[in-house]
Amino acid sequence: MTEHVPAVRTEGLRRTYGDKRALDGLDMTVPRGTVHGVLGPNGSGKTTLVRTLATLLRVERGRAEVAGIDVGARPREVRKRIGLLGQHAAVDEELSGRQNLEMFGRLHRLGRPRAAARADALLERFGLEETGHKAVGSYSGGMRRRLDLAASLIVDPEVLFLDEPTTGLDPRGRTEVWNAVRSLVGGGTTVLLTTQYLEEADQLADRISVLDGGRVIAEGTADTLKAMVGGDRVDVVLRDRAGLPGAAAVLAEVAVAGTVEADEDARRVSAPVADRMAALTHVVRALHDRGIEAEDLTVRRPTLDEVFMHLTGGPADRVDRAGGAPHADRSGHDGKVSA
Amino acid sequence: MSSATSSAVPPAPSRAPGPASAFGWWLADSWTMTRRELARWARRPVGVAIGLAFPVMMLVMFALFLGGSMTVAGGGDYGEFLVPGMFVLTMAFGLEGTMTAITQDLQKGVVDRFRSMPMAPTALLVGRSVADMLESVVGLAVMVGAGLLIGWRWHGSLAAALGGVGLLLLLRFAMLWCGIWLGMIVGRPGLVMAVQILVWPVAFTSSAFASPESMPGWLGALAEWNPMSATATAVRELFGNPGAAGTSWPAENALLLAVLWPAVLLAVAFPLAAARFRGLGG
Repeated sequence: MTEHVPAVRTEGLRRTYGDKRALDGLDMTVPRGTVHGVLGPNGSGKTTLVRTLATLLRVERGRAEVAGIDVGARPREVRKRIGLLGQHAAVDEELSGRQNLEMFGRLHRLGRPRAAARADALLERFGLEETGHKAVGSYSGGMRRRLDLAASLIVDPEVLFLDEPTTGLDPRGRTEVWNAVRSLVGGGTTVLLTTQYLEEADQLADRISVLDGGRVIAEGTADTLKAMVGGDRVDVVLRDRAGLPGAAAVLAEVAVAGTVEADEDARRVSAPVADRMAALTHVVRALHDRGIEAEDLTVRRPTLDEVFMHLTGGPADRVDRAGGAPHADRSGHDGKVSA
Repeated sequence: MSSATSSAVPPAPSRAPGPASAFGWWLADSWTMTRRELARWARRPVGVAIGLAFPVMMLVMFALFLGGSMTVAGGGDYGEFLVPGMFVLTMAFGLEGTMTAITQDLQKGVVDRFRSMPMAPTALLVGRSVADMLESVVGLAVMVGAGLLIGWRWHGSLAAALGGVGLLLLLRFAMLWCGIWLGMIVGRPGLVMAVQILVWPVAFTSSAFASPESMPGWLGALAEWNPMSATATAVRELFGNPGAAGTSWPAENALLLAVLWPAVLLAVAFPLAAARFRGLGG
């Protein structure tokens, strides 16, 4: 794959399940050697996109290329160049970790001795040498994911697809997987990572595509996306709920385009501002004049949550109303996009 | 996380030269998938033992509990009649085992990995069929041993007896691919239970346990044409056991039908199963 050929390119990619549009004319280009985050709520088409690019789903309409190869026309050539870490562990639970890796090595045509050596190297690399002989069914979630990741790296893939790699993992397991993914970057592998954890995209991805309803609705670095919501934000948390309307009025005086968000339960009002210091000074003085007591007052960059809210008109953890891929809703939405 | 995680992934080895042809790779991949099954069996020996013991238990139940009160149309010892029938039953019921295994496999994420790898597309199915055939050879050997223990014998030549074994395995092979195809159609392990129940009336509507001549007319005719009856009658003939004699066309041409039926079933099920597997994700 030459430098100028993107790792992934899709053009008007469409896919329907019955009358639901899982992918609705999706255009995306991922330059090689980068980590690209695909961020979206359940049913936004993330999993359908990954499964299509990984040759598991047929290209219905539109065009998809991986490493410059047409996925629909030459799936076999694509398979030689990709690694896939799906939402559910794609390893044989009844076999040991080592048996799994050796099997995948042979299927990748390494030949038996090289497959065995590769299994050893990967088990050691992912800290599984102690448990390599045990059945995968006895592994913890984090261990299973690491084995799964190892299985995706039998041969150095040009493009590695990670579909919600940390869904269902505890924080420790998540850190383990994040560390493993970070260490891959720099080896020349392009990583396409889907996630519904905004923090994950922020942590790992160079660029982020935001998906909604099977389409890319925004794309850029985490910083550019945050800037789309309007630069800095002022947050005011009140001691008393009664002060909310007053505080909202104060914030409206400094808010860009007059947009103020209020969260009654959190006793918080929030607004994007243009000049952070001037805005803060004004807010402090105005609140004091009105006798409204603030418990907490902060100036900060917007979170990706707010970007999401801004772009999709709803919180990131809502269950999408249309275009739900059958595989995308298995994970539930426990704990993601925690407030 | 240990410090090992922060180190880089070691570079991957190059691919081995290996077989030059696509067919060679197909064989190699299929063998890898067969080994996967064998390794799984090695990890659950009790389950495998139960699978082998179940038909033996059935044989003992039918031969010792019911055998005394059964007579064979055309004369002869019921035990001698029953044992080949039980061989056929064991082979035909292999359908369920294969079906269960395929539906369970397709539920697993590991199939996604197989399908996203540059392996021969049908290797998973072929590996399953080879492994199940190996299991069937062992299962049949166990049943032959059990038959011999309760007094069953073959009376013809060894070559004819081996021919009988060959027909039994041919039936198993055909049922196996039917099982793979059906397993992919039903998709869910829960629906396999329906098949597990349905195989019983099908098995009884054959000459496995009783001669079709002793059944009500229409049922007897149905039983005569059952592929299981063809194999049962043919192997009785080859083993020199009673019950092979019959005057109907299917009974007189049992050997032909015992080859033809499985061949037809294979010709239908194999391409459909392969096409269905390739069409996953369509």
